[in-house]
Amino acid sequence: MSVSVEDAPRIAVVVFPGSNDDLDAEQALRTLGAEPVRAWHTEPELPRETAAVVLPGGFSFGDYLRCGAIARFSPIMQAVAGFADEGGLTLGICNGFQILTEAGLLPGALRPNDSLSFVCRDITLEVARTDTPFTSRCRPGQRLTIPVKHGEGCWFADADLLADLDAAGQVLLRYSRGANPNGSLDDVAGVMNEHGNVFGLMPHPEHAVDPLLGSTDGAFILGSLVDAARLSAAVPV
Amino acid sequence: MRATVLVRPKPGILDPQGQAVSQALRHLGFDVDDTRVGRLLELELPGGDAAAARTQLDRMCEQLLANLLIETYEVVLDEQPHAQADTATVESR
Repeated sequence: MSVSVEDAPRIAVVVFPGSNDDLDAEQALRTLGAEPVRAWHTEPELPRETAAVVLPGGFSFGDYLRCGAIARFSPIMQAVAGFADEGGLTLGICNGFQILTEAGLLPGALRPNDSLSFVCRDITLEVARTDTPFTSRCRPGQRLTIPVKHGEGCWFADADLLADLDAAGQVLLRYSRGANPNGSLDDVAGVMNEHGNVFGLMPHPEHAVDPLLGSTDGAFILGSLVDAARLSAAVPV
Repeated sequence: MRATVLVRPKPGILDPQGQAVSQALRHLGFDVDDTRVGRLLELELPGGDAAAARTQLDRMCEQLLANLLIETYEVVLDEQPHAQADTATVESR
């Protein structure tokens, strides 16, 4: 079966109890030309013809124990892990990022902000690489303005892990100098896995797609994902 | 069998909660060099096999209760029956 590249790629938005950015993610993806499909956490499989997966922000399972620690054992996460293992495009935003680190699909861990305060404001980010499925619409060195809103976004890795990630070019987004909102190590705002198909970030690109909300820079990230999903959907597996 | 699991932030990892608690204690006039805030979990386990319980508890900690990248854990196993202690707890309410 051939799929036209004009077709809207189907992107699964996984919903956990306590997710609260799922509707914004759907709206943003639809605006950018994708066909978002909700996937409830108890589902054992992803929707048919899923070309990419988004784990949205929120407070899954009340953030009990550690953020993302309980959501990672949801039935659908087995399907997400299988999808990611086979090279499927997977994006985690905020709580979704926390879930992916807890699941071992992304390196590092997210800890309480060094200020102990919940931060909710626009932030500037620097794009480190543009040759990835998550940043292909960006220009090298581009600055993005995208909001953050989290209490536990302080990304941590030990020195060896950070050196490995740096060497492999897995840090795709950094907070601009002096703009680090949470004490994250080396200003890291978003990291990719080794194979380049799983990405997580604390800022919320889905809240920065409509000009009404002040910035449309989130479209550089989500639009890149939609482009990549369209390409992957066009390739028969 | 009752087990207590102590989860601590790894040495060297920034613990802003601990810093805030130190600060608050100093405001109260206490002399405190450092505070680290961790987590305590109390579990009741069926059966009386301590070795099997320890194996289970290690697996629980590795899979869920602790994130070994940033935390360490310690398991304290109490094999004594807790009938008396439970009564005491109820009475103290």
